[in-house]
Amino acid sequence: MKKRLATIALGAVMAAGPAMADLVMPLLSYRTGPYAANGIPFADGMTDYFTLLNERDGGIGGVPVRVLECETGYNTEKGVECYESTKGEGALVYQPLSTGITYQLIPKGTADGVPIHSMGYGRTSAKNGKVFSHIFNYPANYWDGASIAINHILDVNGGDIKGKKIALVYHNSAYGKEPIRTLEELAKIHGYEFSALPVDHPGQEQKSQWLQIRRERPDYVLMWGWGVMNQVAIQEAANIRFPMENFIGIWWSGSENDVLPVGDGAHGYKALALANPGAAYPIYDDLKTHVYDAGKSAGAGDQTGTVLYNRGMYAALLAAEAVKKAQEIHGEADITPAMMRDGMEALSLSEEDMAALGLPDFGPAFTVTCDNHGGGGLGKVQQWDAKAKTWSVITDWIESDKSVIDQLVAEDSAAYASENNIEERCN
Amino acid sequence: MFYREAGDFSTTYSQDSQTFPIKFDRYRYYVVMAVAFLVVPFLINDYWANAVMLPFLIYAIAAIGLNILTGYCGQVSLGTGGFMAVGAYACYKLMTAMPDVNIFFHVILAGGITAIVGVLFGLPSLRIKGFYLAVATLAAQFFLVWLFNRVPWFYNYSASGQISSPERTVFGIPVTGANTDAWATYLFCLVFCAGSAIIARNLTRGSLGRTWMAIRDMDIAAEIIGVNPLRAKLTAFALSSFFVGVSGALFFSVYLGAVEVGEVFGINKSFLVLFMVIIGGLGSIFGSFAGAAFLVLLPVLLKLVGVDMLGWATDIVAHIQLVVVGLLIVVFLIMEPHGLAQLWRLAKEKLRLWPFPH
Repeated sequence: MKKRLATIALGAVMAAGPAMADLVMPLLSYRTGPYAANGIPFADGMTDYFTLLNERDGGIGGVPVRVLECETGYNTEKGVECYESTKGEGALVYQPLSTGITYQLIPKGTADGVPIHSMGYGRTSAKNGKVFSHIFNYPANYWDGASIAINHILDVNGGDIKGKKIALVYHNSAYGKEPIRTLEELAKIHGYEFSALPVDHPGQEQKSQWLQIRRERPDYVLMWGWGVMNQVAIQEAANIRFPMENFIGIWWSGSENDVLPVGDGAHGYKALALANPGAAYPIYDDLKTHVYDAGKSAGAGDQTGTVLYNRGMYAALLAAEAVKKAQEIHGEADITPAMMRDGMEALSLSEEDMAALGLPDFGPAFTVTCDNHGGGGLGKVQQWDAKAKTWSVITDWIESDKSVIDQLVAEDSAAYASENNIEERCN
Repeated sequence: MFYREAGDFSTTYSQDSQTFPIKFDRYRYYVVMAVAFLVVPFLINDYWANAVMLPFLIYAIAAIGLNILTGYCGQVSLGTGGFMAVGAYACYKLMTAMPDVNIFFHVILAGGITAIVGVLFGLPSLRIKGFYLAVATLAAQFFLVWLFNRVPWFYNYSASGQISSPERTVFGIPVTGANTDAWATYLFCLVFCAGSAIIARNLTRGSLGRTWMAIRDMDIAAEIIGVNPLRAKLTAFALSSFFVGVSGALFFSVYLGAVEVGEVFGINKSFLVLFMVIIGGLGSIFGSFAGAAFLVLLPVLLKLVGVDMLGWATDIVAHIQLVVVGLLIVVFLIMEPHGLAQLWRLAKEKLRLWPFPH
């Protein structure tokens, strides 16, 4: 009720003055709880990028961006509360940064006509735009990630991994279970032995899993972890002296927070990258002048240049570019969620576009179409240098094995479509 | 003045033994029911339904269930989250296996299945008591969550291990799935909540409730005067689990729509419902509602005040929430160990003597 009174009061103020337009970007962040170490840099990066756009360009297309932050604590119930409380304010796109909350929002967002962008997480088969009209997961998804990791292992081994043992250590949740099907399919093709080891939330207790790894001696270990689970896994791997260059994490298991606590033991640990780490980009000069030095940085302001800060910034950039696209398509600056959806579906970013935005050689070039909401599925591999305390990218863009993934996406989305009586679009 | 029995004569036995013997109480109850059923559905919007009313009603059912077991029968249980998961997964399997049957019956059947599971895990209560029983139910909590994560049959072999509720209708109006109206989901849960409260209230007033309370107060004495502990304890487990199962089914199908067992029905849920029962008042149906309201509304209220009105940072408010809720729990337990229900009881006593207290 109080909220409604406040809204009415605000409405009265706004009705009195000239109509103030703004672009509402809800930010379902988690700065508390067991996943806060990863949630904070992402939220800071996103907020700082929108602040930069407001300060430097006066918003997007002349309309200021209003970031509506809501704390979820990585908890689905709070996620629902956040969604309902921000939906009414004209939220353009939701980026929940949680696979659990994404699953919750997929039907709700579709019914309410609000697009959802789960960048590199969420339901993988949402790539199929024919079934999931309002859900986007570009530039890459979990199954791409699994395939990219296997392709990297293939590269390292000269293309033959027959008989090798590959283990997956995963967060025992929807998030962690996502890659299993893909890895099993790829095992049939490449002839490696696959085993999966679940770790229960929040992941502080992994002794038995790593004991098993020590006993079975897999050649490679893949990890789908998040939050405190990552640090513990890397520490345990160091404890059993597992060769770190054979330990590869998904892009959510490769930030500074995950490796720094382990110290020298983490040297050589690999992780996938959705976009490049580091602060050596022209955009950081703008951020410094307009945001940091102006005292407008989000949070404590100590996360700049970290992997997850960059990724949060990238997520905000993709949202901002989609807004520009939507403004271009509809010729209107103050867009609605429906227009935002059209903008996201028509999004196309090339290397030159990224360079013009101050991030040359940062993220992949990709195009979103009506039937492909997942982008190109490219990723890099980065490796941790414990002495210099930096991540360095060691490969070029690696492409995932589309022949396997497209088949799986088609199967899973068809199952969703028949469960929910959805007719295919784009035909 | 107006809140007293004077002048309100009972002329039949059924009048004499009714739930609300005081006329004022009775009318207040009718007014509350009328507002809940006839007024709120016209005012409610998505935010109020999904953020406040649905969790309140569903947690109230769970708290009623736990109150029967812990408050009335004295058996401490830490397995509430696990039993809610049984209700949720039973409902999911029934919904997908028999799509033509009305969701209403699925929810009740899910409660029934949970009752059977509850009785199984209640068997040790015949031998062990107190803390030891709490540990045994804790084992149930972990076993059930592990089971639903481990066996793919329970989640219909979906790739992510999530269960999500398909659209189901009551009288042609969707109550689960994405295209629901706030008033429909609210009314659906309200029917279950009101039904549970009325059934539980009358059970606890009857002979079954008296045997539970006898077991709670002193089990040996109860056995000597002829109470069958096997029957009393197992019925308490069965009925308690039934209500908890119904709440789990609604929690999954109507409120959240998609559920991951470890995250939603973990040990935290068991503690949350236990706190509701303790803060609300052990051995009181009203207390179940008061406790659920307290723990559901307070965080939302703090968030509205902190973030939306005062404009504080979201993480500060989240931390303050933890501090304030924790502090209030401690204060309540010290100032009023019998919970909010006792405050209510005291207020009514005072009102009876007003304006001439002695």
